[in-house]
Amino acid sequence: MAKNIITVDDSASVRQMVSFTLKGAGYEVMEACDGKDALAKLSAGSKADMVITDLNMPNMNGIELIKALRANPAYKFVPIVLLTTESQDSKKQEGKAAGATGWIVKPFKPDQLLSVIKKVLG
Amino acid sequence: MATAESSETNQYLTFNLDGEVFGLAILKVREVLDFTSITRVPQTPAYMRGVINLRGSVVPVMDLRLKFNMAQTEKKVNTCIIITEVELNGELVVLGALADSVQEVVDLDSSQIEPPPHMGTRLRTEFIKGMGKHGESFIIVLDIDRVFSSEDLASVQAAAPQMADPA
Amino acid sequence: MDVHAEAFKEEAYELLTELETSLLELEERPDDSEVVGRVFRAMHTIKGSGAMFGFDAVSEFTHEVETAFDRVREGMIKVTPELISMTLQARDKILELLNNGGDGKDADARRIVTEFQRICCCGETTENVDPVAEDFGAALHAGMERRRTYRIRFKPVPSFFANGSNPLPLLNELREMGESTVIAHLDAIPMLADYVPDECYTFWDIILTTDQDENAIRDVFIFVEDQCELTIDIIHVDGELEDNEEYKRLGEILVERGDISTEALNEIIGHQPRLGEKLVASKAVDQSMIDAALLEQQHIAKIREKDVQKVKAVTSIKVDSLRLDNMVDLVGELVTVQARLTQKAENNQDPDLLLIAEEVERLTTELRDNTMSIRMLPIGSTFSKFRRLVRDLSRDLGKQIEMTTEGAETELDKTVIDQLNDPLVHIIRNSIDHGIEAPDVRLANGKPKEGVIRLAAHHSGAFVLIEISDNGAGLDPEKLRNKAVSKGLIAPDADLSVDECFALILEAGFSTAEKVTDVSGRGVGMDVVRRSIENLRGEIGITSKLGVGTTITLKLPLTLAIIDGLLVQISDDFFVIPLSMVEECVELSREEALLAKTRSMMSFRGELFSYISLRDSFAIPGDPPAIERVVLASVKGEKIGFGVDQVVGQHQTVIKTLSNVYRDVVGISGATILGDGSVALVLDVNQLVVETTHNG
Repeated sequence: MAKNIITVDDSASVRQMVSFTLKGAGYEVMEACDGKDALAKLSAGSKADMVITDLNMPNMNGIELIKALRANPAYKFVPIVLLTTESQDSKKQEGKAAGATGWIVKPFKPDQLLSVIKKVLG
Repeated sequence: MATAESSETNQYLTFNLDGEVFGLAILKVREVLDFTSITRVPQTPAYMRGVINLRGSVVPVMDLRLKFNMAQTEKKVNTCIIITEVELNGELVVLGALADSVQEVVDLDSSQIEPPPHMGTRLRTEFIKGMGKHGESFIIVLDIDRVFSSEDLASVQAAAPQMADPA
Repeated sequence: MDVHAEAFKEEAYELLTELETSLLELEERPDDSEVVGRVFRAMHTIKGSGAMFGFDAVSEFTHEVETAFDRVREGMIKVTPELISMTLQARDKILELLNNGGDGKDADARRIVTEFQRICCCGETTENVDPVAEDFGAALHAGMERRRTYRIRFKPVPSFFANGSNPLPLLNELREMGESTVIAHLDAIPMLADYVPDECYTFWDIILTTDQDENAIRDVFIFVEDQCELTIDIIHVDGELEDNEEYKRLGEILVERGDISTEALNEIIGHQPRLGEKLVASKAVDQSMIDAALLEQQHIAKIREKDVQKVKAVTSIKVDSLRLDNMVDLVGELVTVQARLTQKAENNQDPDLLLIAEEVERLTTELRDNTMSIRMLPIGSTFSKFRRLVRDLSRDLGKQIEMTTEGAETELDKTVIDQLNDPLVHIIRNSIDHGIEAPDVRLANGKPKEGVIRLAAHHSGAFVLIEISDNGAGLDPEKLRNKAVSKGLIAPDADLSVDECFALILEAGFSTAEKVTDVSGRGVGMDVVRRSIENLRGEIGITSKLGVGTTITLKLPLTLAIIDGLLVQISDDFFVIPLSMVEECVELSREEALLAKTRSMMSFRGELFSYISLRDSFAIPGDPPAIERVVLASVKGEKIGFGVDQVVGQHQTVIKTLSNVYRDVVGISGATILGDGSVALVLDVNQLVVETTHNG
């Protein structure tokens, strides 16, 4: 069965690109425009096998989303990858401390995205 | 070595075909097998019964009874295949011969072998080397090379193809 | 990606509009962190997405602005009217870059970038360098062409799983980097009572041989570097072989890994023989540590062995071809025995035995292919032998002929090559003698006085095609036809196509030379060539154009010894049809089969095919089944149906020669031994067709 990945980003073009790449690699993809939206979608019953979230988003940012997800037993061990830019090394650490599994540095190319997914999702 | 060979040439394997006892120079015999299933090869004379698998080699088997105008060999408990090496057009060829049963190996001195009679046997005299006297009975000593390389067999086989050679 | 680029542009326009509003708001309320956040996010998105969709200039330019607002967010620099006006200028620049392209390196852009850098520097308090990147950069060294073997110990912290990390994908990633041996250490797993399922108790030793460097290995663990102990040591470098030197001893490895101290080790070594057992017994190290060290020894031994082989692989060895023939015979027997094993295993339905049989089958097939490939020789050496022949013959005949070759590297089974020599000699002689004209004739016909004979070889599926062409006089179909009539080979009113006329030269008793020459043409010749080629299970094709030249094409199987065949059954007899000729298998009802027999034709899918009943051809007794199977085989470009009782299935066919006694049997090219030890005959489909058409 195809793995289900949710991409959380306030940039529609990033969501589109991530979604396009993942679907091309055979994954099922859900999209959410910020942390709140993601939590709402995930608690509405759709189970994600992995979460890819942007860091800076309105309403609820990536770190807050990670903390909220890790507090939920169903998402305790689900891989969560944070999208960051290279200038935010401290954010990587903050993200890890909050429970992120890994990160992807923006800008990234589709194959980089896929290799990170392989690394955390298998 | 020469002495060993000469002593061997005096030994004959005797076997039975339709009640008659035949002898085959032991030098020509490779081994004796139990009857095994024979694969027919199409469009060949009936006395060429087909081929068998001899430890990975494909060996033709001749029904000597048919060749000698007797009824076809039927598979019985003692039916066996005598594997022989014969000379065919100067080449050594391995061939099997069906026999009703194999009896023994006998020593026959050349003095004990008489020339074949011109009449009175069912088979063509050209196949016979002589009549061996063994105790009270006679053994028909076969010239196995002749049996296999007779005219009939030649019809099975074509002349070897040869490239035109500008001498 | 164009759709994505368009989507990004749309989004960027929106963001820029929003940015303008936010900036104006910010001018009024410089301390509103929410607005600062909005500005930052807009820049962040434009930068991040821009690079992904190929707007590198936009991304690069925006980077400086984003950095400034990051500082603002962190309170390191203040929002000033100057910053806002610079940002508005930057915003306009971004819009311009989006619309018009450009590299963002023009004077205006450079000025803005410099301004922002100045603004940022004023508030700069920390060195803004990615520590990881720096780490990596320093350690990077070029020229990692040699493979190295690393010993990697990966020891996750107990809370490893807590942030969704999973060790298995990481181990798989390592495995993909090269040859690896992975050892899991499970000794730390506690008894059930103390077991916390969320915790990671296992750690791994990985021996990895790869051409990648240490950083590539560290990269695998990039997400978990603070969640694990990771040690990486180089334990072997390919090519750095010290001859006759044993790899490290067990104790050495353990000490190197820090699994035991030298003192403790020496204390134990003090007395007894088998170190491993002693170490465990003494509880100085766990069994799994010993196992891991032993596996390391094995891994290195394997790598070294390959290393040595690689050095040797450059040289080749000469082997007596008889030895090769023996080997092929042995492989053939092995294939036969394997078939028996498989059949036995299937009959017994013993799963263990089936598993072994499958394994043996796999190995046998591999061995077969390997052995066959050893026997493959390039045809070039045969080709070059003919140069002399062409030179001498053309001189004798007063002709000027050049020989050219193509595809000399094409490989064929040695047996095929050996048996190809005589037919080729004959064909070339024919070309020189009958094909290529004398120089004065050529000149008179407007051709260059030098004739050309071209030998070409190339692969075509399971066959090799060898073409012998000349630019000589070509064949005259009418002349051939008349000759065949005068020789009584065909009826005067025979209706022959041009190709059939050409094929006449392959008939016995046909010679086209008006006078018998030394070189060729005594009425025996091409028919013998045909026989030889058919003995090799090959085919001959002739194309020719009068005045232009003739091409003779030999289609030969790659190998003779072992082929893939289709096993069919008629009554109790089994036959093998070479699979390379089989197109498909179809069924005929009894009525259809009867009709096909009387007409020697069958129709299938609206097409008509020649039909040959093998039962009739071979006079096999017994009754045909209600449904007859027909194997459609392709013979000389034509599909022909062969009626059989049953199609048994594919059979790896080791071809045994039928004894010389059977040399003249038509339609049988050899025999093979089946799984049950019985003999099946291999059909010579070409010959069967030729014979049937002649007799019919």
